[in-house]
Amino acid sequence: MGDFFDLYRKDRWPTIFCPGCGIGTVMNCFYRAFSELGMDQDKVVFVSGVGCSSRIPGYIRADSIHTTHGRALAVATGLSLSNPDLKVIVFTGDGDLGAIGGNHFIHSSRRNADMTVFCINNNIYGMTGGQASTTTPHRAFSTTTPYGNMEFPFDLAELAVTAGANYVARWTVRNVKELIGSMKNALVKDGFSFVEVASPCPTGFGRRNKMADPRQMYEWLKIKSVRKDKSELWRMDPVDLNIRGQITIGEFVDRRRPSLGSMLRSMLNEDRQENGD
Amino acid sequence: MRLKAGTYFMQGNEACVEGAIAAGIRFFAGYPITPSTEIAEGLAERLPEEGGIFIQMEDEIASIAAVIGSSWVGAKAMTATSGPGFSLMQENIGYAAMTETPLVIIDVMRGGPSTGLPTLPSQGDVMQAKFGSHGDYQVVALAPATVQDMFDLTINAFNLSETYRVPAIVLSDAEVGHMRGKFTVPRNIEVMERRMRTDKVWHDGFAYDESLVPRFPVFGKGFRVHVTGISHDIAGYPRNEPEVHEELVRRLTEKVLRHREKICITETYNGGADRFIVTYGSPALSAMEVMANDPSIGLLQLKTLWPVPEDAIRSIAKDAREIVVLEMNLGQIFREVERLACMEGCKKVRLLSKVGGEVHTPEEIVHFLRRG
Repeated sequence: MGDFFDLYRKDRWPTIFCPGCGIGTVMNCFYRAFSELGMDQDKVVFVSGVGCSSRIPGYIRADSIHTTHGRALAVATGLSLSNPDLKVIVFTGDGDLGAIGGNHFIHSSRRNADMTVFCINNNIYGMTGGQASTTTPHRAFSTTTPYGNMEFPFDLAELAVTAGANYVARWTVRNVKELIGSMKNALVKDGFSFVEVASPCPTGFGRRNKMADPRQMYEWLKIKSVRKDKSELWRMDPVDLNIRGQITIGEFVDRRRPSLGSMLRSMLNEDRQENGD
Repeated sequence: MRLKAGTYFMQGNEACVEGAIAAGIRFFAGYPITPSTEIAEGLAERLPEEGGIFIQMEDEIASIAAVIGSSWVGAKAMTATSGPGFSLMQENIGYAAMTETPLVIIDVMRGGPSTGLPTLPSQGDVMQAKFGSHGDYQVVALAPATVQDMFDLTINAFNLSETYRVPAIVLSDAEVGHMRGKFTVPRNIEVMERRMRTDKVWHDGFAYDESLVPRFPVFGKGFRVHVTGISHDIAGYPRNEPEVHEELVRRLTEKVLRHREKICITETYNGGADRFIVTYGSPALSAMEVMANDPSIGLLQLKTLWPVPEDAIRSIAKDAREIVVLEMNLGQIFREVERLACMEGCKKVRLLSKVGGEVHTPEEIVHFLRRG
């Protein structure tokens, strides 16, 4: 794959994304990871739910399915089980994955379902105009938290680790090299692999939190993100760190548990052998 | 192994499992709910034997979502549920209609609203099957009355859903699902396959011909098709122009209604009678007993509910002085029958409705007919 537009649909350019949005960086990193691995776009299906990040599959020149809000992982489960030759890649966001699709996220991780999930976490519902999401920082402002967010944010990567995902990493859009590396690791991993990307939304989030200029949001991501080995993880609960606003970055888990599909197929083979055919 | 031709004795839900296997099911995703659970249990055992996939999902929303995913890689896929689960599936039923995803849903109806009567039958989901999701769309809904119907109509649902690329719903009920009875597996079973896209043209994954049903561009064959629940053009790309949306929604509706009479299955007994019972599902069994004892009473049994079998209803209404509709709800198909009968000049259309979890008895029907 030589060119960016061998992977992306040029006839659909320009994208719907706002100036300063981090999704373009994620798409660029994904193109690099995908092409460096030499993956075949005709052997991949892209799945998404609803939201800004869920529009990415519509820009990819490959089979892609833009499903209902929150349901991408459940659709992806049916896809990968029924055709194990296809690599299933999900693009989702913090609202789609952490709120309305939260249950599917837990259980896809637990099952170790065969898919790679990229979650672009911009701490806000961008497409609907800046409402608080499950990852909006405590006391941050949004259109539905005009007095500040009284709830505590969700740590999506920690959830995937705990629920049983095979591979979990988190980076910000500033860490492009590490992000490309983790995307590659996730793409070649069997079972459920998850990469969360902390990403700026100057339009929906920044504007209401004194960071209307995208540069301020990038600066914020720099200040808030701490590498796992330099973090206070060893003496603090990672969830408390998340609540305090720290974005812990790094690779969190790399397991080798058998995937759901491989387990089901081995069961089918045993069944056939017992029956002698 | 698919059941060999012959006669079997089984529960309705078990016959449904065998019907699905005979139709070529490759994928089932479901969530336990009374009174449909035996279908999931049966397929958990039977599907691996056939090399297919069974998965129990975390809820009914995930179940139908997984079925949609499976269908897009070309598998014949199904889920089974009852009222509360069927309600949860509605958004994705609309999605399947919009994206023309073939799939089968078995709804073994129980008393509602809400948790209602979990173990007792009703016919309360008839309207929900057609109008449960937002927007204008069409589905196919079939209504079995016997164990034989559970086998036959499950196959039929797969055939119709594959042919017209629509969600096909089998509206069974707790009575039919749990009833044990004899059924026959014929030597030759007609099984329809999806019309697959074979050329390698990109950018028109949803192009259609005069049948109005696009050929299926299955995932993984290099079609690079984009599927979305947003209003889309024939390329599958999101579009919000009024004319694109109108063309799409009218076609999604017309592709079913144009084939209405091919889809509709009805049984008419004592044709030409001037008093007719119109019913479907388990009340049809009581109606048959009434009719057998009184040849002056005709019976129209609807095995297709959506689209409404307009020709069959109008045909009996032409000569009928009176039509009595039996339903285990407060009147859901009744309005359709009344509307069509009126068009044929039959003014006397009465509803004998029964809720509470019991099927109409033949005595109740006879009494109601006399009172008229």
